[in-house]
Amino acid sequence: MTAFVDDNLLLLITFLPLGTALALLVTNALGSLLGLPRLPTQVWRITAVAGSILTFLLALQLVFVFDPVSTRIQFVDHREWLPDLGIHHYFGVDGISLFLVALTALLVPVAFVAAWNDIDSRLRSFVFCMLALETGMIGAFVSLNLFEFYMFWELMLVPMYFMIGIWGGPRRIYAALKFFLFTMFGSVFMLIAMVVLGWLAYEQSGSLVFDLVAPPGMATPALLDVVVPLSGDAPWWKTQSWLFAAFALAFAIKIPIVPFHTWLPDAHVEAPTAGSVILAAVLLKMGTYGFLRFGLPLFPTAAMAYGPWLIGLALVGIIYGSLVAMVQSDVKKLVAYSSVAHMGFVVLGIFVFNVEGLVGGVLQMINHGISTSALFLLVGFLYERRHTREISDFGGTAKAMPVHAAFLGIVIFASIGLPMLNGFVGEILILMGAFLHSPGAAIVAAIGVALSAAYMLWMYRRVAFGPVEHPENRSLIDLSLRERVVMLLLLVPIFWIGIYPDPFLRRIEPSVIEVLRQVDRRAEPGTRSDVIPPVREARP
Amino acid sequence: MVTGGTEFDLLHWIPLAPLFAAVLHGVLLVVVRRTVSEWITVAISCGAITASFVISCAAFARMVRLPDESRLLVDHLYTWIGAGVGSQAFSTELAFQFDPLSAVMTLVVSGVGALIHFYSWGYMKEDEREDKGFQRFFCYLNLFSFAMLLLVLADNLVLMFLGWEGVGLCSYLLIGFWYSDRNNAYAGSKAFIVNRIGDLGFIVGMLLLFSMLAEAGHPTVGFQDIERYFAQIADVELDLPAWLPGGPSYRAVNVVGLCFFIGACGKSAQIPLHVWLPDAMAGPTPVSALIHAATMVTAGVYLVCRMSFLYAAAPEASAIIAWTGALTAALGAVLALVQTDIKKVLAYSTMSQLGFMFVAVGCGAYAAAMFHLATHAFMQALLFLAAGSVILAMQHEQNIDAMGGLRRRIPRTHWTFLIGALALSGVLPFAGFFSKDAILVAAYGAEVAGGPWLYRLMLATAGLTALYLFRLYFRVFRGKGRAPRGLRDRMEDPPGSMVVPLYVLSGLAIFAGLAGFPQAWGDLGWVDIEESNSFANFLAPVLAGSEREGLAHEIEYRLTLRAVLAAITGTGLAWWLYLQRPTWPEKIRSSFHRLHHVLVAKFWVDEIYGVLLVRPLVAISDRLLYRGIDAGLIDGLLVNGVARSIRALAANGLRYVQSGLIQAYMFLMLVGAVAIVALLMR
Repeated sequence: MTAFVDDNLLLLITFLPLGTALALLVTNALGSLLGLPRLPTQVWRITAVAGSILTFLLALQLVFVFDPVSTRIQFVDHREWLPDLGIHHYFGVDGISLFLVALTALLVPVAFVAAWNDIDSRLRSFVFCMLALETGMIGAFVSLNLFEFYMFWELMLVPMYFMIGIWGGPRRIYAALKFFLFTMFGSVFMLIAMVVLGWLAYEQSGSLVFDLVAPPGMATPALLDVVVPLSGDAPWWKTQSWLFAAFALAFAIKIPIVPFHTWLPDAHVEAPTAGSVILAAVLLKMGTYGFLRFGLPLFPTAAMAYGPWLIGLALVGIIYGSLVAMVQSDVKKLVAYSSVAHMGFVVLGIFVFNVEGLVGGVLQMINHGISTSALFLLVGFLYERRHTREISDFGGTAKAMPVHAAFLGIVIFASIGLPMLNGFVGEILILMGAFLHSPGAAIVAAIGVALSAAYMLWMYRRVAFGPVEHPENRSLIDLSLRERVVMLLLLVPIFWIGIYPDPFLRRIEPSVIEVLRQVDRRAEPGTRSDVIPPVREARP
Repeated sequence: MVTGGTEFDLLHWIPLAPLFAAVLHGVLLVVVRRTVSEWITVAISCGAITASFVISCAAFARMVRLPDESRLLVDHLYTWIGAGVGSQAFSTELAFQFDPLSAVMTLVVSGVGALIHFYSWGYMKEDEREDKGFQRFFCYLNLFSFAMLLLVLADNLVLMFLGWEGVGLCSYLLIGFWYSDRNNAYAGSKAFIVNRIGDLGFIVGMLLLFSMLAEAGHPTVGFQDIERYFAQIADVELDLPAWLPGGPSYRAVNVVGLCFFIGACGKSAQIPLHVWLPDAMAGPTPVSALIHAATMVTAGVYLVCRMSFLYAAAPEASAIIAWTGALTAALGAVLALVQTDIKKVLAYSTMSQLGFMFVAVGCGAYAAAMFHLATHAFMQALLFLAAGSVILAMQHEQNIDAMGGLRRRIPRTHWTFLIGALALSGVLPFAGFFSKDAILVAAYGAEVAGGPWLYRLMLATAGLTALYLFRLYFRVFRGKGRAPRGLRDRMEDPPGSMVVPLYVLSGLAIFAGLAGFPQAWGDLGWVDIEESNSFANFLAPVLAGSEREGLAHEIEYRLTLRAVLAAITGTGLAWWLYLQRPTWPEKIRSSFHRLHHVLVAKFWVDEIYGVLLVRPLVAISDRLLYRGIDAGLIDGLLVNGVARSIRALAANGLRYVQSGLIQAYMFLMLVGAVAIVALLMR
């Protein structure tokens, strides 16, 4: 049994959620065929929570078994699927995807439990959507076949669309459609670029290829062996610049990078709490993850050439997101714009092409996932009680809800990068990397750090402090045991990463160096960056 | 420079003891939610800070047994943040160092901190304003002690930054401690945000220093290593934008020095980032004493002293520091003259005294700065705690116009306050006299642009110090009582737990100066003293420029005479104006009412920042960025515009597809997926 679990760990983690959902669906269908009553919603809910917790435990097992020293892809699961088309089932994790998988597996049960009372209609569909979404997200993080990655990438879209469109706020249809169309728009370009890439492989090796790298021990062709021509010596649609641009567009919309961000505030404001949590914590990371996994290694020369532009957009995003967050009157919108700023940090870290920046970027993805979802949960708790998210409707909530105020304070300070909490570690590494690359960029980003304190504390002050002006706020009930447990669960990584980040950094760094080496190997001589380090020995 | 390091395993417990106390309080407050008795709360908190003090003393005892050149205790826990390889390897250790400089700070912080913890017991006992306020207060106080001790014990810049931000956080929490009052919460946020602006300088300075060292092949953020390899980067030139004055080529150490000084400006309330300190008086008085007088606000001075080797090589940056300090000192003293809130007078006084310290570091007299830092911690804490007793006796009335004649009502408080005022005014032979004299001597001998004027300004400010302090003293304790009769009869001195700290601090305010007995005086041989200026000698191994030649003794005696005269003049003027001619201040005020108005409005600095910075920023963000670009251009014109045109085209076809039935969608999805798979498997 344990041997089976260990051998198929990734497969189990990925498909257990969808499996649970399908099992529930089938049981329901069979029952209705036999004329039995439908499964009670409570059974759906409990089964779903149990399934997602089991997934999380498996993900923990994955983290423990993961070999931190190796730069290779681990837990490889490669099976032929459609060999003629170069499409294989190809799973594997490295230090970059490892914690993203764990983060996803942690946040789904958290969102389930936190949204226990939030969803009161169509619960069965909600459960199905969440579980299908989880499979989509984890699958995208562990797929190393570009085609398979794309399938999971698209699979995420549908449940999220329903999540916003069905359980959302008053403008849910508009927000859901906007989210869907924005993302689809980018994905189409990625799909086309993908086909072109496969075609290039066909031209060079005689068969279609979508595997990113050859699985360890196998000598199959892989995308990283395909030469992607630079502009000039090939038709324009085959050049690195255009292919990178197509991928980058899809990723930039997902992250989102300014000016492709306007779907995000709407989606967040309308989505139910659980949807916001998943959206902010995981879905946005798909973009930055995509850059790291595919964008940089496949098109290194173009990535370096476009790098300054993306850094520029990231800086615009940091400042712009912070400033716009400062003038929001809706808490959720404020957090949404702060996400734009924080994701700007991640993009900045990725495109400075050095170890500090990339490690910081990967860690900041995790950090943002944790602290922003905690923020959305806390906002959700307020919303459940008062059915409003307008900052001006609150004030003095610390009086009636001291525990809530305490958690909110901790999470806010984590999010504005207070040392000893998680945000700082990622930020300082990104700033360090950025400064070594171009000092000006680091200084602008550091201004964003100062601004984040301004908008977050402004919100905190107006929500939690001051006199209680609205009588409804006087009798608010403080967090229940369930809510407190969920928050405490999220505080564990917040403090852990802040105080002792080494277990995380140690696992991320080798894989990041591997990415830089891929970039270095494939980049045109002369364009390669001189900051890419040699392979390092394992840290004692 | 100190070399080598002796392991001292207890070192990390100095900051960690209060941290554990704070965490324990936090768990009790947030997770357990049971009311804990006052005694247990006090036992945890005061026990923890006392433990810190005891361990600090042990560390001090251990250190002084080492020879001068190797007085360094170290304690390494683990690597905190590490990434990168080769010449860019960035690694921050969670490690502590205890050298003479850290020793002075640690003893002051844990010692004064412990006294204030005990004082707070009595001060906060009756406080029922907020839920579980008593325990929450001690939780924050412990957390602050942790952060401050970490700041002074950190062996590298990044860890120091942890403490640096941590004290900012606690300052925020404690200023806004009575959060139901909107102004308190506002003052807390303001302090944190202004500090964050300063921190920008700290971060940039740190990054610049690291990148320069990395370029020289020694990537490090540890203080010992920075000092060791500093010579290799001392002459690096930086090219900055040409529109900056004096450029475009700058010596990098000047730039780094100024960056760190911006950080110091924020923390230590120097122009132009001084605006938060007066507002910070919204916090409970023990907090003002501990954080906004004795310890946190001196962190900037400590930072500069810690990097003294850098500033000694950066004369331009030092000159800017000296003048900023001088202007802040003068501004603080002038503004203190017109304040009527007892705590605000002391707040401006703190700002002014911090200015004195920056003048000292700017003139390269790092030991004098540290000396004044230590004595000031005793004197200002004493004044604040005595003011706290006054405020308690007055039942939270802080306006000095409502006081007067309190000398007989609260005699113990009166005596301790008088000692504090005498000491801080620089009256012989109290502590403040010696430390301020050392700074004035340094300013006189400094090779700073405009040097003579610097000295004159500081001398005048020293006189003003005596004037505003004794104005405060006479208005509060002497003259006719202006408090309501009923209140006056009920007034009494605070209980023992609050008076004992006052006595201890009074003792320190009287005698601490002897540690820095000037060399020039010792040479006179009037007093039989074993070693003159033992304080500076103690710090000499870790501070740059300690071997500098002093002034001729004759000049020093003359300067001392001037300083004494300035203090006497200020005190005498206050006595004459506020006791002998009590109607005159009012007359002066009305004949200079314009000037008075300007001073009361604090030169409208807050308002100017509001008009020039805050409001434009908000307006741009709201109107231009949010409503203009986000909602108008991107969403309105591009996104929705495109969507509208497409919808117009497809209006009739697509609406039937959107039935809203999730089962239908899922069914379609499944059919589609099956069809695709079937097609591909064919």
